[in-house]
Amino acid sequence: MRFEHILVRFGEISTKGKNRSKFVERLRRNIKEVLKDFPAIRFQSNRDRIYIQLNGEPHQEISKRLTGIFGIHSFSLAAKCESDVEEIKKTALEAINSVYQPGDTFKISARRADKTFAVPSDEMNGILGGHILSNTEELTVNVRKPDHEIKVEVRTEGTYIMFQDTFGPGGLPAGISGKAMLMLSGGLDSPVAAYMTMKKGVELEAVHFFSPPYTSERAKQKVIDLVEQLSNYGGKMKLHIVPFTAIQEQIQQQVPENYTMTSTRRMMLRITDQLRIKNGGLAIVTGESLGQVASQTLESLFAINDVTATPVIRPLVSFDKPEIIKIAKEIGTHDISIRPYEDCCTIFTPAAPKTRPKLDKANRYESFVDFDSLTQEAVDHTVTIDFTDKKDAADKSLDSLL
Amino acid sequence: MLYLDNSATTKPYPEVLASYIQVTNDFFGNPSSLHKMGSMAENLMRQARKQTANLLGAEEDEIVFTSGGTEANNLAIKGTAFMKMHRGKHIIVSAVEHPSVMEACLQLEKDFGFDLTILAVNEEGRVSPSQLENEIREDTILVSVMHVNNEVGTIQPIEEIGALLEEYPNISFHTDHVQGAAKIPLDLKGAGIDLCSLSAHKFHGLKGTGILYVRKGIRLTPLLSGGEQENHYRSGTENVPGIAAAAKALRMAKEDYARLGKALEETKMQVMKRLSTMEGVVLNTTKGHSAPHIIHFSVPGIKSEVLVHRLEESGIYVSTTSACSSKKSLPSKTLLAMGKSKEEAESGIRISLDIHTDRSQLETMFTALEQAIKHIMKMKR
Repeated sequence: MRFEHILVRFGEISTKGKNRSKFVERLRRNIKEVLKDFPAIRFQSNRDRIYIQLNGEPHQEISKRLTGIFGIHSFSLAAKCESDVEEIKKTALEAINSVYQPGDTFKISARRADKTFAVPSDEMNGILGGHILSNTEELTVNVRKPDHEIKVEVRTEGTYIMFQDTFGPGGLPAGISGKAMLMLSGGLDSPVAAYMTMKKGVELEAVHFFSPPYTSERAKQKVIDLVEQLSNYGGKMKLHIVPFTAIQEQIQQQVPENYTMTSTRRMMLRITDQLRIKNGGLAIVTGESLGQVASQTLESLFAINDVTATPVIRPLVSFDKPEIIKIAKEIGTHDISIRPYEDCCTIFTPAAPKTRPKLDKANRYESFVDFDSLTQEAVDHTVTIDFTDKKDAADKSLDSLL
Repeated sequence: MLYLDNSATTKPYPEVLASYIQVTNDFFGNPSSLHKMGSMAENLMRQARKQTANLLGAEEDEIVFTSGGTEANNLAIKGTAFMKMHRGKHIIVSAVEHPSVMEACLQLEKDFGFDLTILAVNEEGRVSPSQLENEIREDTILVSVMHVNNEVGTIQPIEEIGALLEEYPNISFHTDHVQGAAKIPLDLKGAGIDLCSLSAHKFHGLKGTGILYVRKGIRLTPLLSGGEQENHYRSGTENVPGIAAAAKALRMAKEDYARLGKALEETKMQVMKRLSTMEGVVLNTTKGHSAPHIIHFSVPGIKSEVLVHRLEESGIYVSTTSACSSKKSLPSKTLLAMGKSKEEAESGIRISLDIHTDRSQLETMFTALEQAIKHIMKMKR
């Protein structure tokens, strides 16, 4: 059957008091953004729902995308009909007919939001249940654990017949909690950290360190693809690509080998922090997980983090690799992350990096080079790709060819 | 000149040709090379793949580029057969499939011990889904039914077949979408299709590029061994210009048909109406369940080839059965399968239109056809 509506229910938003309308508006904007290539759809929202009017657009694809949008608790496909008992009977039967398999069970849950409607809810359950039972075969009622629950909501503007509840990811609408900078390497961890931060409503701008010729165009492309995938959840994202070669070469030459990794991280964090100031962010997000590699011991984190007082959010700090991989697969970043290209964290990895670097040593080694001007130069030459308009993400120069 | 053989091949869009030339010139790097030239070609190809996937309602990694419709069909059928032969060796196809499907199946039967069921069609050339279901066995591994018949334009009940095959998760469902692509919407996911073949030169792309949709989770044994390009399914350095051209052609053709498809359908109906009043003409294309661009008819008593050449003298290009088989000058197997007489099957003419067909010239075609029929009939007496 053709579904005319999708009804979206909110998660945590529902508990917000005065700010609620702001949350709902934000969610609505995010949904619009993700669905903007379906021009016919229309939106309607009230305190606790958003109705998407499909106007003939395909509900399968739209449902698929909705499952990724933060702030959505669940959504249902809905058919709308006049608030008239015969019409409701007809539509409910059509709805169940399009999904049930012989042997299935069902349940009707009717509700009257419009109390002027003559038939009370209980009676409605009986009428609709009876109508469906007598017009289907091998379908029975089970009110406790039905295979299909059909929710009927009688409202003044019409009656919604809903079923197939699908859960969204919950969380808060992306962008509601302010902005942070994400350090995105191209590996498995940072995209997962991004996803988890976005879930709490944080808008992200990604920062990637690019070191040609040590890292390739393909490594950069990988990051672009990751951001594009992540923007399916946040609705929009920017990617800052920092030219990092000069700094890495300086570190290689000036800093003792076992401290190069610590210094590299410190420079990255400094640059990211400057980009944060420039772009109005309030925190930095990384994919660091405690103890995973040498740079992720507490001592290392302490030495690295010393360059800034900005909050550094590390959503993966207590995660094990298999857990991270599992999420990466779920959010569609896994296959991009495992493409085998060198990134700037792996090219100069020392044979024996210091797992317990000392802060004063790191400071001393770095004092022989004017890293201030080098980092400033890197910030000045950073190239920003704006994924707000998804088309921008694709290489526009190729458009004329395709 | 009036070109009415668009089912055999279409004229490439000038924009597509321009892309092809520019890509050949500027993106000649091997997409597998590490350097920038390689990465440019790879990037372009990825965009083309993404665009193709979007247009077909598929995912990027479900698109395999091939050398054409024939290779796509062969890869789908033999690839499935070899992958699943330990599980079963029974294949079901319709009697009106294109030779690149039918011959592939016959080869599997003859040389590799597969068991083939060829489904009869009704007088419209359509397969009956319930009859198809009756033929399903424990060891059935593949069902292949074309979307639109290349000779008479009949549309097969693909959605219904897909729906009934959902009950049989071990059976792969392939459809040859070569004649339907861009012209008749086909919801790959909604119709439960596992494998779907397209050919670029049928929608104003270039010859030498085909597309095989391989649904996620479906595995095929590759037919070509080598560098494992195209997700291991199709080794060989990718035809980057052809792939870009195919993606562009598909986009343009879909836009064109969305805008002008209705008018084409009306033209087809007018042509059919006019032909039905013409003496000696028997229509083989039916009004319902048929594509908007193909009209097939027979003139019993006149060998197709003679009529084709006679019309050619007036600058009108039509064809006999399918271009791929017409050189054999055998009676059309499709028409025979539809229950037509041998005489009708030997005298079939196919007019295949395109949205760009100059309709003002159709009157000339009718006149030429009428005169040709009269003339040849007179000569025979």
